[in-house]
Amino acid sequence: MKYYLEFEKPVAELQRKLEELKRHEETSSLAISFQEEIALIEKKIQETREQIFSNLNAHQRVQLARHPKRPYTLDYIHHIFSDFSELHGDRLFGDDRAMVGGFASLDDQKVMVVGTQKGRDTKENIMRNFGSAHPEGYRKALRLMKMADKFSLPIVAFIDTAGAYPGIGAEERHIAEAIAVNLREMMLLEVPVIAIVIGEGGSGGALGIGVADKVLILENAYYSVISPEGCAAILWKNQSAIPKAAESLRITADQLQSLKLVDDIIPEPLGGAQNDVDIVADSIKSTLKSTLSSLLSTSKEDLMKNRYSKFRSLGRFVEA
Amino acid sequence: MSERPEKSDKNETKFFTRRIPGVESKEPMVTPPSSAPDQSMLKKPKPVSGGPKKRMIAEGTFTKCPKCKETVFRKELEANLNVCRHCEHHFMLTAWDRVHLLVDEDSFEQMDADMSSVDVLEFPGYLSKLEANQQKTGMKDAVITGLGQMEHHRIALGVMDFSFNGGSMGSVVGEKLTRVIEKGTELGLPVIICSTSGGARMYEGMFSLMQMAKTCGALAYHGKRKLPFISLLTDPTMAGVMASFATVADLIIAEPGARIGFAGPRVIKDTTKADLPDGFQTAEFLQDRGLIDAIVPRKELKEQLAYYLDFMMAGHRSASKAG
Repeated sequence: MKYYLEFEKPVAELQRKLEELKRHEETSSLAISFQEEIALIEKKIQETREQIFSNLNAHQRVQLARHPKRPYTLDYIHHIFSDFSELHGDRLFGDDRAMVGGFASLDDQKVMVVGTQKGRDTKENIMRNFGSAHPEGYRKALRLMKMADKFSLPIVAFIDTAGAYPGIGAEERHIAEAIAVNLREMMLLEVPVIAIVIGEGGSGGALGIGVADKVLILENAYYSVISPEGCAAILWKNQSAIPKAAESLRITADQLQSLKLVDDIIPEPLGGAQNDVDIVADSIKSTLKSTLSSLLSTSKEDLMKNRYSKFRSLGRFVEA
Repeated sequence: MSERPEKSDKNETKFFTRRIPGVESKEPMVTPPSSAPDQSMLKKPKPVSGGPKKRMIAEGTFTKCPKCKETVFRKELEANLNVCRHCEHHFMLTAWDRVHLLVDEDSFEQMDADMSSVDVLEFPGYLSKLEANQQKTGMKDAVITGLGQMEHHRIALGVMDFSFNGGSMGSVVGEKLTRVIEKGTELGLPVIICSTSGGARMYEGMFSLMQMAKTCGALAYHGKRKLPFISLLTDPTMAGVMASFATVADLIIAEPGARIGFAGPRVIKDTTKADLPDGFQTAEFLQDRGLIDAIVPRKELKEQLAYYLDFMMAGHRSASKAG
C-alpha cells in the first residue's frame, strides 16, 4: 500500500482512478481496451506529480523528511557500506537504540559510521524511541568517534532525528552536557568528519553528531533550530502557523545552502528518497567518496583549522 | 529548543535594578587595556538614558517574592544583592548588576559593546522585537563580555541577561562569547560565563544553532591550553545554552534555586505524560544527581569563584614564575 501525504492527494485520487480502470478492464466480460484512458491518466499522474514536487514549500518538505517510508540511517548504511558491524553502548549506562554506530567500509576505505535511527513500525519505534536519543546515545557516538580518532578512521555521521529526547531520565543523566561535550570534542577530532542530514535535522539533537568538516543534506531533508510546530506554538500560539514557521525558519536544503549553513545538497528522485533508495544511496556514496578523498588529502592541522573556521564564521551581525 | 521557561512570578520580570551596594553605584569605568590597544576593546556605552530608573519609580517601592510571597522593600532587596531576606530566593540580576557583583570596581573593559543583531532571515516580527528589547534593557543584545579583575585574577567574563528576549542566543551572543573566550585563550586568562537563557534564538534560525558549535569550539581550544573555564548557571538556564558552552566547563556552579535544564518542563510533561518529580530541573536537583559541582549563594559568589581560580590557575602561576 502506497502512502500519500496530504499534499499528494491529487496524485492519490488519480492513482485510485487508474487502478479502478485497470481492474475494470481485467474483470469486464466485454473485451474493451482502456489502454488509451489508462495512458492518459498515467500521463496526468506524472504531470501532477511533477507540478507538486517542483514547487514544494518548506512545510511540505518537512512532511517529506518525516515520510514514514523514507529511508533511515541503517537503510543507507546497508546500501552504501560493506561489512558494517554495529557496536553497542556508552560503557556507562546503556545502549541507546536511537543511535547506531560501528565500523564499515566505503569500498576500500575503512570508516566509522554513527547515526540516529528511527523505527519503521510501532515495535521498532518503541525500541528506537522514534529516533530521539538519550544522553547514552550521544555518549556512545562520542565513544565511537574518539575510537575512530585513535585509529585514524574517518567518520560519517547520519542525522535523522526530531531532536534529543525531552524526558525525565534524559534530564537526570544530563542530556544537555552529553550534547555539549560532543560539540567540543568533535571540534578536536583529528580525522575527517562528514555529516549528512538524511531526514530530520532536529536542533541540538542533530548538531550533537553534526560538527563536521563537510555538512551534506538530502534535497528534501530539513535542519532547524526548532521544529516548525514548536516555533508556531511559541511565537504564534497557533497550529495553523506551522507552514509560516517552517518558511520563516529557512530550514530547507536550498535555503540552508544559500546561507552557507550546509555545504552540499544531494538530489532525490521525484516525490522523495523513498521512491528509489538505490539511486539516493548511490548518490550519497559517490558524494561521500569524493568529499572524503579531498578531506583525506588535507593535513591534520589544516583539517582541524578549517573545521574551526567553518563554524567560527557562522553568524551574522553588525558592529557599531 | 527555544522554549522559554515559565516565569515563576509575573512580578519578577518587572524587577530591575542597576546598582549593587558594596560596588557602590559606579558604572564600570574603562581602564585602558594593559596590553597594546586593541580594536576589539570598545568603550562601554554611557549609562542608559533614564530607562531603568524610570521603571523603578513606575514600579513602586515594594515587590513580592515569588517564592515565599512575602512583600519585600525594594531598596532592602537591592541592598541584599537581590536575594530575599525571608527565604533566600535569588531574584534575577541584570547583566550589568552581575558584572558589578563579580569584578573589582573600575576594572571592567567591555568588548564588542556595539555589536548588534541583524534580521538575517527576514523573520516576521524580529526587528520590532529587537528594538523593543533594546529599549527595554538599554542593551544591544543579551550578553555583556569583557575583561576584568576578580580579586587577584584577571578574567575573561561573559554575562547574559534574561530580560533581553529571554537571554536567547543568536549570532551576537555566540560571537561575543566566542571572542571573549578566544581573548582568554590568547592572553592565558580563565573564562567565566554566567548564563541565563531560554535557549537558542528562533528568529535567527540555524545561525543560532551554530553558535552552540562555535562557542564550544572556542572553549575546546581554550581548554587545550589548560586554562580554566567556570560556568555559572543562574535562573533560568535552558535548552541550547545548556547544551553548549554552559555545560562544557571545568566547574559548573549554580545559584540556589535556579531552574536549569535542557527541555522545557511543559514539553517533557507533554511528551512523556509523566508527573515531574519534586524540584525537577532546579540547581538542587542537578546537584543531587551529580550534574553540577556546587551551589553557591550570591553573597559568596565572587569570593568562591576567586577561590576556585586560586587552585585552577596555580599551575599557570608557578609556570610563569619559573619562566
